[in-house]
Amino acid sequence: METWAVASICVLLGLTARWTVSLNSYSGASKAPMFGDYEAQRHWQEVTFNLPVRQWYFNTTDNDLKYWGLDYPPLTAFHSLLCAHIANLINPDWIELHKSRGYESPAHKFFMRATVIFADVLIYIPAVVVYCLYLAQGSSKTKSSALLCILLYPGLILIDNGHFQYNSVSLGLALWGVLGLGCGHDLLGSLAFTLALSYKQMELYHALPFFWYLLGKCGKLGLTGKGLILLVKISLTVLVSFALCWLPFLFDPQQTLQVIHRLFPMARGLFEDKVANVWCSLNILVKIKTLLSVDTQIYLSFGTTLLAVLPSSIKLLMKPTFWQFRLALMNSSLAFFLFSFQVHEKSILLAALPACLLLNELPLMSVWFLHTSTFSMLPLLLKDNLFQPYIITSLGFIVFSLYLFSAVDRSSVDDLRLGPCCRLTGTNFLWFSFSTVVKLQFALSVLTMAGLSFMSAALEPPAKLPDLFPVLVSACACVHFLGFLLYFNLVQLTESPRSDKKKIN
Amino acid sequence: GVMAAPRDGTLSWFLALTLGVSLIKFLLIKAYHSTDFEVHRNWLAITHSLPVSKWYFEETSEWTLDYPPFFAWFEYGLSHIAKYFDEEMLVVQNLTYASPATILFQRLSVIFTDLVFVYAVKECCKCVQGGKRPRDILGSPSFVLAVLLLWNFGLLIVDHIHFQYNGFLFGVFLLSVARHFQGRHLEGAFLFAVLLNLKHIYLYIAPAYGIYLLRSFCLIQDNSDGSLKWRNFSFIRLAALGIIVCSVFALSFGPFLALDQLPQVLSRLFPFKRGLCHAYWAPNFWALYNAADKALSVLGIKLKLLDVAKLPKASMTGGLVQEFQHSVLPSVSPLITLICTLISVSPALFSIWHRPCGARGFLRCCVICALGSFLFGWHVHEKAILMAILPLSILAVESKDDAGVFLILATTGHLSLFPLLFTTPEFPIKILLMLLFTLYSFTSLKRLFRPECCLINTVESVYLSGLIPLEIFCELIYPLTSWQQTFPFIPLLLTSVYCAFGIIYSFFRLYGILLRGPRYTTKRKSH
Repeated sequence: METWAVASICVLLGLTARWTVSLNSYSGASKAPMFGDYEAQRHWQEVTFNLPVRQWYFNTTDNDLKYWGLDYPPLTAFHSLLCAHIANLINPDWIELHKSRGYESPAHKFFMRATVIFADVLIYIPAVVVYCLYLAQGSSKTKSSALLCILLYPGLILIDNGHFQYNSVSLGLALWGVLGLGCGHDLLGSLAFTLALSYKQMELYHALPFFWYLLGKCGKLGLTGKGLILLVKISLTVLVSFALCWLPFLFDPQQTLQVIHRLFPMARGLFEDKVANVWCSLNILVKIKTLLSVDTQIYLSFGTTLLAVLPSSIKLLMKPTFWQFRLALMNSSLAFFLFSFQVHEKSILLAALPACLLLNELPLMSVWFLHTSTFSMLPLLLKDNLFQPYIITSLGFIVFSLYLFSAVDRSSVDDLRLGPCCRLTGTNFLWFSFSTVVKLQFALSVLTMAGLSFMSAALEPPAKLPDLFPVLVSACACVHFLGFLLYFNLVQLTESPRSDKKKIN
Repeated sequence: GVMAAPRDGTLSWFLALTLGVSLIKFLLIKAYHSTDFEVHRNWLAITHSLPVSKWYFEETSEWTLDYPPFFAWFEYGLSHIAKYFDEEMLVVQNLTYASPATILFQRLSVIFTDLVFVYAVKECCKCVQGGKRPRDILGSPSFVLAVLLLWNFGLLIVDHIHFQYNGFLFGVFLLSVARHFQGRHLEGAFLFAVLLNLKHIYLYIAPAYGIYLLRSFCLIQDNSDGSLKWRNFSFIRLAALGIIVCSVFALSFGPFLALDQLPQVLSRLFPFKRGLCHAYWAPNFWALYNAADKALSVLGIKLKLLDVAKLPKASMTGGLVQEFQHSVLPSVSPLITLICTLISVSPALFSIWHRPCGARGFLRCCVICALGSFLFGWHVHEKAILMAILPLSILAVESKDDAGVFLILATTGHLSLFPLLFTTPEFPIKILLMLLFTLYSFTSLKRLFRPECCLINTVESVYLSGLIPLEIFCELIYPLTSWQQTFPFIPLLLTSVYCAFGIIYSFFRLYGILLRGPRYTTKRKSH
């Protein structure tokens, strides 16, 4: 079949999965008085539509910041405003100031779900299609397999179309940024990434690789000649696009500070709920959250995060290729997720995006990581009554991605790109045994995750340990993520200078 | 899963296709379900909690048991699993009972009984020619056939959203067809007899079975000139057939005959009190007839030839009423529809009697019988179009002519199913699944017959493209206009009239192929 037909079929399958998942319940459905993220998004529409811009981020009589106050950057607020205008055309009750709190109806649910899928169609899905068809390498079969798998990645579908958020907007914009850099349109790429950053501050997880890649590229061109010009151009693009996004808040320093204060709520502590990162898992053994002061916690997390991203950053700066860039995105976002301050379980989606981009080259590890990332959000999904779609989409994703890429068969040292690492350290695996060990580990890990999933859903935790299953899930996922961090760092750092000529365009 | 890669043999891609569509079915568990859900819940309750002698008399619910006995036994079997989900659903008095466990059980029962369909599709895939190119499995007729059947749009929305057990029933039907292809005629006849006792709508294609079995099974080997020689008639084969069919019917209706309830059972199975057309007009000949009547009466009133007071009321208030009284054209009785149906299918029956074209000719005759009864039958449901679309899929992957007809019939037939799903949340699903199936069927069939030119001509493609503005007008624009309040039936009327033309056209083209003989693509070059 023609490529366009296969690509359209993949997109249609992705959309079908999204819409069928969105038939399910959403976060905080009919759970007064606070409801959940669905109500947060609706409330932001209400606030941005009815209040003047200068009140958006401030606690006023009309804007109670304790009830889902706006804590995302201005682009999110503008997006809410746009949605609010459409909502106002259909039914003004949906966004009436104060009175619309906790508004729920089938028609409203349809509207909200439709806005998410519309943003998907407009931003995220085209970016994925362009990436798979034009930037990814391999035969047309691998390309369409990657397209299908990325579009069916359950984590994003379950959070955006189930739980209810607009991650596909920020991730889509970041992906457009990656595409820009990959195609050599550095200015457009930086513009897209700036927009992503102005949509969701968590995109900072991706910021360092963008910075080091562009800086490294400028350095290669010569920091006194062409490189300098490029650097100036990029900086100007970033500054101007930032300024435009933040324009209403820039005239008054108080406004700017308040927005930044809302975006980075340092007082909220090292982590919230059950997150599969190092701090939350460590908290099982040592109660760091209560032992250390908030300031120490900030310094500790800042220091460890910096330490964790340093190696991959340096390597990328020395060798700014697209392959290194994608690996660095993976390493940076994973390090931020594991070590930084105030991490949410949903932030793993930021690491899932680069993992999707590595599907063609490292199918087994990417699939494994993507599956683990969905699993790590299980406690949240259970809270939202999304267990059924979680099981179905995860099963579909893992079976089809393993099948389409023959991923399990591609588990030799070279397939996993660990050859240079073995040569460096002088490790000499028997080839068959290495592959068998990897396969066994993979099978064991998938079975553990499946077992924990069903136990979490079916069993009552013991009365003494009400959080037993969420803790087990996040600890298990955290161990996996640490392993992945090590692996992807090894692949990135030991990549030999010679072999990259084949792999990189 | 559409591009499932060939790895180790045919099994893996087939399993991948099955798993893919099954996962979509699982995701549809939360979707809207129609009153048919309550119908089947009620039947579960009736068969579970009442003795056999009361099955066909029970009328607490308005949805009385009106399927043949084997289907009742099927529900009886299901009810013994249902009790582990939620016993309350098995109480006859619990009308419109739909707890989450009930919904889960009923949806799962459809998904799992679909395994019969999956097996039947697998058998059908073995029967099609040209699947001997292991290099290119994605482009092989059996792969395309598997997708066209397993991922059929109509089955997905009718069974897994609207709620019915067509997958299981079509499984039995396609398995019977596959057995005829494989030369296992007695098994095929047995399966068809069972099918008739599961759902009697398949009686419409029984003539094709009868003629085919008599001509190609009971008459052993023809002379090469195709002439008929009665001394070749095998009474042993006829007797075997007769014993099989009669014992199946005896097993099914025997108990009711013994209870002296046969008239009651039959009156439930054939309720002629219902109107000529179903609530929503199926896109058939009578839809055109009704529309013409309506147009004439409006014209008559405008020209002052008719008196408004004398017209039957229903005809002016909507097309949604069950009893449609004609105001200008003569009214139609069940007998007339029966005669029309018989006339419409008899040339096909004569054709396969005089010039049997093997199992393929028989299958084409089945499709014509299904279409003929769809076009001219009494109280036809729009869902009945699947009886023509599914078997035609098998023919479509083998010959270019059938592929062309299939594209027209499937597209119009599937679009005519749209009004079944009228709830807003399901609107995107039906659009997406329809696009998915239509896009796949067009591109894959085109690729299958690539060396030859296009499968449908310009007029046909213009007609099919017209479905897009039609759908946009009916579902998106019309509800915003003020006419929606006064004439709510206009979109349904437009859809069924427009689709009726496509289906009638496909009917005649199929006749053309049957009478002329299809051009099989054995000469097809591999590319």
